[in-house]
Amino acid sequence: MPADQTEAAAEGHTATASRPDAGSRRGRRDAAALALKDVPHEPGAPKPDPILVADGIKRQFGGLTAVDVDHVELQRGAITALIGPNGAGKTTFFNLLTGFDQPNSGIWSFNGRSLSGVAAHRVARLGMVRTFQLTKALSKLTVIENMRLGATGQRGENVFRALFRSVWGAQEREITTRADDLLERFKLDAKRQDFAGSLSGGQRKLLEMARALMVGPEMVMLDEPMAGVNPALTQSLLGHVKDLREDGMTVLFVEHDMDMVRDISDWVIVMAQGKVIAEGPPDSVMGDQRVIDAYLGSHHDAVLTEEEEQEVLAKAEEALERERAENEETAQ
Amino acid sequence: MDWQRIIINALEASVGLQAVVFALAAIGLNVHFGYTGLLNFGQSGFLAVAAYGLAVTVATFDLPFWLGIVFGLLGAVVLALLLGIPTLRLRADYLAIVTIAAAEIIRLTVRSVTFEGTFGGSDGRQGFAGGFYDLNPYPKRQYNIGEFGFNERQMWILTVGWVLVALSCLIVFLLMRSPWGRVLKAIREDEDAVRSLGKNVYSYKMQSLIIGGVLGSLGGFVYALGQASIQPDIFGTDTTFFAYTILILGGAARVASPVVGAIVFWMLLSLTDNVLNEAIDAGYISSSVINNTQVGQFRFMLVGLLLMLLMIFRPQGIFGDRREIALDAR
Ligand SMILES: Nc1ncnc2c1ncn2[C@@H]1O[C@H](COP(=O)(O)OP(=O)(O)OP(=O)(O)O)[C@@H](O)[C@H]1O
Ligand SMILES: [Mg+2]
Repeated sequence: MPADQTEAAAEGHTATASRPDAGSRRGRRDAAALALKDVPHEPGAPKPDPILVADGIKRQFGGLTAVDVDHVELQRGAITALIGPNGAGKTTFFNLLTGFDQPNSGIWSFNGRSLSGVAAHRVARLGMVRTFQLTKALSKLTVIENMRLGATGQRGENVFRALFRSVWGAQEREITTRADDLLERFKLDAKRQDFAGSLSGGQRKLLEMARALMVGPEMVMLDEPMAGVNPALTQSLLGHVKDLREDGMTVLFVEHDMDMVRDISDWVIVMAQGKVIAEGPPDSVMGDQRVIDAYLGSHHDAVLTEEEEQEVLAKAEEALERERAENEETAQ
Repeated sequence: MDWQRIIINALEASVGLQAVVFALAAIGLNVHFGYTGLLNFGQSGFLAVAAYGLAVTVATFDLPFWLGIVFGLLGAVVLALLLGIPTLRLRADYLAIVTIAAAEIIRLTVRSVTFEGTFGGSDGRQGFAGGFYDLNPYPKRQYNIGEFGFNERQMWILTVGWVLVALSCLIVFLLMRSPWGRVLKAIREDEDAVRSLGKNVYSYKMQSLIIGGVLGSLGGFVYALGQASIQPDIFGTDTTFFAYTILILGGAARVASPVVGAIVFWMLLSLTDNVLNEAIDAGYISSSVINNTQVGQFRFMLVGLLLMLLMIFRPQGIFGDRREIALDAR
């Protein structure tokens, strides 16, 4: 059962002393579940404590409307999954929210502050940090330098102060300590001095996520963080994402693997052809007829839960049975 | 063949005025291209602005020497802003187009007949270096070790020049080991990743353009003062491409590589020049194959060939790290 899996994964993962114990992790999850309990399962549903609110976001590429989201809210402190078939507009929506692309129309706010027209680097500084579907490791920087780069408010990033190590040296050491902790958590400590360009695809995903955390964000937006990561590592990555929630962060992530979505998300938003077509907790969303229709073909069986599969099977068998009976009737 | 003369000439070229000027130009380009990944194809423009800023202030307007230096430096900063403001938000290739065009516009403006009264047309300007040589601490004589050596004027400009080179290298070293330098290198690798981490990429690229431009402009001052005269055509596109050659020869994104690159480059040019000329004079090479006047062009062909071989067998340059080049292929 999904719920049991979550707990098992949580207990298996919580090894470091600084992490909260399994009980409190469940506490955060339960808190998120409780907060979302009374939220209606429909597109654009208002949340009790939204960190991000978007309205009428529209982005067209020539004649193609890539994103056309009427209204969407994200609950603070929850893990929200954004799913949808290829080309649904998930990445484009990410780009719009984080200032990497400008919408044709629409307004959105983060922590009550409007982000329309705010430059990408300012969005990040406000606490909303994203990763990229096509990983962006900084190849000719070492892994540890990649990590250090993520830290904000660095005194040595000012060109005049940069000249004097005495001004930024101490801060650099603090940053390095923090970076090393994160590298250890993400099992990249052995690669510390390697060029990021020499990492494998999965390792780059890990590095990118760890680097985003160096910014100290309030909300992280992960575009397919598990793509290309091996199953064993996926489990620990899932653990990391849950840890983010424990640390009080809000997570929005895109993922195609429905088992993972079911495992870690408190809430699921489904996009298709640029629109939000369904919302709800994982299990209810995956049974939604609109969602099944949107996915029909490529991902049909992936969206069904076990019970629903049974149900569909039973219905099909019933129909077959009826047909056979009818045939027999006409034959008589 | 007079091998002693050939070697002394080569040694003099390796520490001479051209080596200093191009070391400074390439140090600036290293900040732009080597560290930040900015394709500035108009480095000669920065040298021109500085040289003309100085020459025009002193020779045309009769103002003091130090004011000429100030105007030259200001000119370099303004040029960087003018180039950067419209292009740095755009893709990398736009900067390349705009810089190469801007450098040519500057050259054609200062050589134009319309502004001959100010810039001196194709003859350029002279008679502005007096203030500089008044400060010369070297007494008037020849400073030689054997046959190798310079007169007091050359000693003065070369001393100032190499001190500037050393200071520039020190500044680049200090900047590039700092978090500021880390942001530049990250921008070279992937701008969007840097943006997603909350850094104002545009501002850093602008800072890089200004600093690299000002460092390059020092080369313009040194050239103008060393020659005590300037002509517009010195600041053509080949100046920029020599500086690129020197940078790549030394290995981009290494502090000392522009300096070593410049030394090696001018030493090689002098060697090929002298060896060929001597060989023709001595009759080893028939002048029906190549004559003395053709040597000047031919040596660039040889240097080009040498560079091609270098790129094939040592693409990272003299100082580069082969592992970094290997990453590009992934
Ligand atoms: N820069 C662009 N120019 C033109 N069309 C674009 C551009 N970016 C995205 N699109 C189109 O917008 C639509 C949505 O693309 P998007 O990348 O957002 O999909 P996605 O949901 O992230 O898909 P996937 O799951 O495959 O990553 C696609 O049809 C795509 O072709
Ligand atoms: Mg995508």
